[in-house]
Amino acid sequence: MKFGIITFPGSNCDWDCYHVVTNVLKQKAQFIWHKEAKLPKVDVVVIPGGFSYGDYLRTGAVARFSPVMQEVIRFAGSGGKVIGICNGFQVLTESGLLPGVLMRNTGLKFVCENTPLQVVNNHSQFSKKFDLKQNVMILIAHGEGNYFADNETLKRLEGEGQVVFRYLKNPNGSLNDIAGIINDRGNILGMMPHPERCMESILSNEAREDGKKVFESLL
Amino acid sequence: MKAKVFVTLKNGVFDPQGKVVQRSLATLGYAEVEHARIGKYIELDLKETNPQQAEVRVKEMCQKLLANTVIESYKIQLES
Repeated sequence: MKFGIITFPGSNCDWDCYHVVTNVLKQKAQFIWHKEAKLPKVDVVVIPGGFSYGDYLRTGAVARFSPVMQEVIRFAGSGGKVIGICNGFQVLTESGLLPGVLMRNTGLKFVCENTPLQVVNNHSQFSKKFDLKQNVMILIAHGEGNYFADNETLKRLEGEGQVVFRYLKNPNGSLNDIAGIINDRGNILGMMPHPERCMESILSNEAREDGKKVFESLL
Repeated sequence: MKAKVFVTLKNGVFDPQGKVVQRSLATLGYAEVEHARIGKYIELDLKETNPQQAEVRVKEMCQKLLANTVIESYKIQLES
């Protein structure tokens, strides 16, 4: 399976994603520069974390207009699998590929810590290796992770089972403790926690590898 | 022509920065401040000289990029 990893100016988790795909999952990966007007043939597009375009104006707002995102939107529209992590989630909401928006954390601080999550949907392409209601530990590192959507959208997300991960200790004020969602078609996942940082026991707190299952679900 | 764009959080969207500013002002003795809301101010210099045309274009810019209309609203002021 081949993963295409989008790199914007300011992306900083692109190499982490490349590392876990090639060295942990033993799959193929390729970087895709934001100016590319064509996507190479890949099975999954990963929009990694970081601070694309310096977070200017709003997080993810400028990245949305880069040439490669027009292709990602087309790819997603034809059913291609897309996963956006942290800043990648922000880019996906700004692009309209996922509903809602990630606002400033209610505590106003950048939060970087291991955080307990609950898997509330294990039927998605991104979470089928988890057990339902399984508690996992995945690291977060963000200043704008406070998920907001209007009531109607929120109701739809909950009703259709589009919430995949929920915080057990809400770190940022997210509505309904939302940490990760999928689109209605189920081929796009956005999540604030960083699964790619918790895939090898040697590198993760408490020697857990909980993030691995997100990627393994795709294989 | 100049366009002044004010982007603010919609009513009902919690503004933690505004809350902190209001509380700080209260600590400084400005108890009369009941609410503070923080927004963005963007100045655009336009080649356009027709205010109707400018209004249409700047509105489009707000909807496409300058504001995220899920949580933000915007106001436009044009000056020649």
